[in-house]
Amino acid sequence: MSDVQANKHNFSAKVIGHFPGGVHPPERKQPASSQPIRKLKLPQELILPVRQHIGPSGKVLVKVGERVDKGQRLTEAGLSQGLPLHAPTSGTIAAIEERPTAHASGLPEQAIVIHPDGEDRWGNKHALPDYHDVEISRLLELIQEAGIAGLGGAGFPTAQKLAQQKPLKHLIINGVECEPYIAADDRLMQEHADDIIAGIRILQYITRCDSVLLAIEDNKPEAIKAMAEAIDDNPQIQLKVVPTKYPSGGEKQLIELLTGHQVPSGKLPMDIGLLMQNVGTAYAVKRAIIHGEPLLERVVTLTGESLKQRGNVWALLGTPIQHLLDESGFTPEKKQRIIMGGPMMGFTLPITEVPVIKTTNCVLAPTEKELPSPGPELACIRCGACADACPATLQPQQLQWLAKAKDYESLEKHNLFDCIECGACAYVCPSEIPLVHYYRKAKAEVRNIAREKAKAEQARKRFEARQERLEREKEERLERHRKAAEERKKMQQEMQQEAQQKNSDEPGSKAEEGTEKPAGKSAAVAAAIARAKAKKAAQAAKESPEESNSAKGNES
Amino acid sequence: MSLFGAVIALGILALIFGVILGFAAVKFRVESDPIVDQIDEILPQTQCGQCGYPGCRPYAQAIADGDDINKCPPGGEATIKQLADLMGVEAKPLDDAHGEEDVKKVAVIREDECIGCTKCIQACPVDAILGAAKQMHTVIEHECTGCDLCVEPCPVDCIDMVKVKARPETWQWDLDTVKENIKANSIPVKVVE
Repeated sequence: MSDVQANKHNFSAKVIGHFPGGVHPPERKQPASSQPIRKLKLPQELILPVRQHIGPSGKVLVKVGERVDKGQRLTEAGLSQGLPLHAPTSGTIAAIEERPTAHASGLPEQAIVIHPDGEDRWGNKHALPDYHDVEISRLLELIQEAGIAGLGGAGFPTAQKLAQQKPLKHLIINGVECEPYIAADDRLMQEHADDIIAGIRILQYITRCDSVLLAIEDNKPEAIKAMAEAIDDNPQIQLKVVPTKYPSGGEKQLIELLTGHQVPSGKLPMDIGLLMQNVGTAYAVKRAIIHGEPLLERVVTLTGESLKQRGNVWALLGTPIQHLLDESGFTPEKKQRIIMGGPMMGFTLPITEVPVIKTTNCVLAPTEKELPSPGPELACIRCGACADACPATLQPQQLQWLAKAKDYESLEKHNLFDCIECGACAYVCPSEIPLVHYYRKAKAEVRNIAREKAKAEQARKRFEARQERLEREKEERLERHRKAAEERKKMQQEMQQEAQQKNSDEPGSKAEEGTEKPAGKSAAVAAAIARAKAKKAAQAAKESPEESNSAKGNES
Repeated sequence: MSLFGAVIALGILALIFGVILGFAAVKFRVESDPIVDQIDEILPQTQCGQCGYPGCRPYAQAIADGDDINKCPPGGEATIKQLADLMGVEAKPLDDAHGEEDVKKVAVIREDECIGCTKCIQACPVDAILGAAKQMHTVIEHECTGCDLCVEPCPVDCIDMVKVKARPETWQWDLDTVKENIKANSIPVKVVE
């Protein structure tokens, strides 16, 4: 790109900052980056895991057998973190059951299964071509209702990220796509540059930010050209071309690269006045607001030498990976691996009957020759290559020792949670130690310990509350008994007095003797005795008929 | 004379420090024995009573009073190690007399067999069972500590202790379990060879 062109299109080839570490693996973006994005024929079934993002899942709104339109909501937006799910095409709900999900564990999760009817019939769409008179809170609601999660990687609900009310210095749009093989964002920028810019303008309107930095790695000249043309002479959007290095697309790495500032450990970019969104997310926001279309499909790179037809596709969410492979001339070799995500951060899929989810950007089917499986793990020779490669300036070899020793306290002290799992350390390791695997394991264990601890605390509280309740109930019971006893005593005394009165009218009667005896130990017994005596007294009184009436009254 | 001076000076100092200590004893008084709290913190709070005490806190008190630290099967080796660190004693293996370390479980009531006798509700140390007399009972899964105490009192034996299922977000990245996880699915799936 010439300097003249660079000036006209308002972009600088220079970036201020630089981040430590990083690696230069073979890029292998071809041929995926030069093929237009294909549309696929509908798969037999779509599998939509109810939970596709960070946070709890929403309530399922449909029943088995129900017919749904394209874009119809399948789950409720749920709690503050929940994102709704929509039918990617029209069809019938075939099942709501546990299906294996796009996760390294192969564990099943609740999923809605749709059998497409082939009509691809849209339900109601609420397009909003002019969003400028709409309140920002309403726009955020619309983005939330469209089910948009960050399409770059972690899948954090976009509306929640946008809703954080802090003044922004820059809005950063991430089109770096630094991982080898993946070219989904690249193709999207080449083919839909105008839509992405429109999306960026909506994001700008929502965040009230007038400085946008759009970052693209310098190995994507086509995308840079397309985006520069789409930006035209908009002074608010600056195109930043960053040098090719992995992992410059990491959120914290890119921020350091563009602004020279580091996001402190444990803080968010928002804390230093920055917000980052992926180009795919900007595109999805545009579709949601201006066209009223929820997030139903995404660009997925299908690549690797086991595929005849390598390139990018528009894959409906829920499309089984097997369908994508079948549509790309998949010729598996012996011990074929299928990797979801790129070669650095992805994971080997245990089965291919798992669906495309909102964060699926690449499916890689490499031959053994192209991407050999890792050899046996050898001993760490403390060469320090991993520490040089680490973009987060951690001590990977130290973390590895600590993880093996299960010393979770020290791991946290060594900032294990700053690790972005980019895989640069494992890439350079001469002993082929699967370092990231150890970190993932350790992170899962640390989280598990925290969860157990919270649960134990909860159990302790409930146990104590129960003990307290039992104690209180016991006291209340004793109190009740004491009161009842007092009542009886009182009654007994009254009766005795009455009897005494009666007897005093009739001196020499046998009943008189009883009244002088002390009351029984048990109040109940005493009361019973008193009643019996009163009866006796009444019988004695029967001899004089004029008093028998009052005695009967006593008895009852 | 100098002897008197020294005695008086020391006496005054003793008085001052006495006052300070007396004040501190009242002002910074701790309600309970903090070591018991610390031990209680380490114990898993299942309240199962397998240690022979009616709950975790009584056992914490007992440990503080010198009882063995290896009587807690739900906590297992990890808890014993932590207790040993805290108490400054040697860690020893779990005492078999109190049970063996087991995977985490939760109680599940087979609801159509429940007769609504409320006996399990009374046995549950953390109030994790919901129900009323002659009404079906059910276990609030995320409150259940897996202590086993409700199984025994049930007159119709309708309570099962089931292993806590791994979920993707709680999975420990144990790649050896992957094959098993897939097999556990009932639907036919194509496994990558």
